[in-house]
Amino acid sequence: MLPNISVDEAKVRIARRVAMEFKDGDVANLGIGIPSMVMDYVPKSVRVILETENGMLGMGPMAKEGEGTPDIIGAGGVRVTVLPGGSFFSSDVSFGLIRGGHIDITVLGTLQVDQEGNIANWMIPGKLIPGMGGAMDLVTGARKVFVATLHTVKGKPKIVKRCSLPLTGKGVVNKIFTELGVFEITPQGLVLVEIAPDTTLEDVREHTDAEFTVKEPLEMMKGVDVDG
Amino acid sequence: MGKYFKPVMSPDEAVRDIPDGATIMIGGFNVGGVPYSLIEALIRKGVKDITLIANDTLYENIGHGKLVANGQVKKVIASHIGLNKMTQRLYNEGKLEVEFVPQGTFAERIRAGGFGLGGILTPTGVGTMAEEGKQVIEINGKKYILELPLRADFALIRARKADRVGNLWYWGNARNFNPLMAAAADVVIAEVDVVLGVGDINPNDVHTPGILVDRIVVDGGEYYAS
Repeated sequence: MLPNISVDEAKVRIARRVAMEFKDGDVANLGIGIPSMVMDYVPKSVRVILETENGMLGMGPMAKEGEGTPDIIGAGGVRVTVLPGGSFFSSDVSFGLIRGGHIDITVLGTLQVDQEGNIANWMIPGKLIPGMGGAMDLVTGARKVFVATLHTVKGKPKIVKRCSLPLTGKGVVNKIFTELGVFEITPQGLVLVEIAPDTTLEDVREHTDAEFTVKEPLEMMKGVDVDG
Repeated sequence: MGKYFKPVMSPDEAVRDIPDGATIMIGGFNVGGVPYSLIEALIRKGVKDITLIANDTLYENIGHGKLVANGQVKKVIASHIGLNKMTQRLYNEGKLEVEFVPQGTFAERIRAGGFGLGGILTPTGVGTMAEEGKQVIEINGKKYILELPLRADFALIRARKADRVGNLWYWGNARNFNPLMAAAADVVIAEVDVVLGVGDINPNDVHTPGILVDRIVVDGGEYYAS
């Protein structure tokens, strides 16, 4: 069976699980969609330093209505705040931090991710060609690359044997988080390490195009409360 | 330009000698750090066949996004065009050439163009479309793409403050690509909120040395209405 939850509940479940990966003092760059929800579930005792690629460390919450300035924005263009201890810098420094391995974690959504850790999230030829922005640099340079995505979209698996769309990065993804569980990409291939309590291994296999092995013992997906 | 004091002029005066077919760098990331009044002057002047080097093409009704929507641009070199429907449409219809550059590579290519480097080696894009047609060099077992410098005829940039010798001070993360572009064009035009006297910006706080800036334009209006 598949979890009897709404898309919004699935997204919250994924964001909540990714949030558990952060340690106090981690530097992170979060993408749009589910990744942008992750900070809502990081406990206050874990101080995550957020980087935004247009040149800021220590990004705080969105600016209040009527406050803020276009001179302090997040990567999506929204007016945000800067926290005490933050800093501003130019784009060469920003991407120097990213490529140079100074960002601990990046969390990204995706169009496809495959069993070899390839990720494709920047274009659909002939349809959607927004450009890669900073995504290619982030997946190349961040120490850990996490994909946070719904397990399927319109019934089609996001985790595939081999990406058919143009790649953002080759062999760069470390972990994949979905509403059905958590996968790790290892030198031995894709491994399911946690499974949601409201699904079965058979159903995970049915909704995953990629081949994967199962960690022994397979753990329950952390942070999932099936009653609530 | 070789002048000690940098001329302070109107936006229209500042862009008067930008010809059709010019390669123009425009600073900014999304709505931040964009020289809006200089772009409006380019629209009024009707400069055509521009090769636009900018991180993104904003929205079709804002800033340099309007240049694309007006059909004034023949080629865009950018990392992202996803917010501007007109850029995507003209590109899909084959009426606009777009060269996609990963954003970190975009910054480094401009830096190379401005600071005398013959190119840069980056691991970004190895094994992707960004590698196509480029030389890949292996150093200590790791692959890097050779990326070539970018330069322009004109750079239009945005800062918060200038002084009369052209030193610039930026604010917030509106700095982005502006200090890089200030070094990578033959003529650099800086749009600022305010021009101060020489010495009024502490030398410790200067982000872009004034010798890189050729012209200064003061604007404080439309930018903050955006």
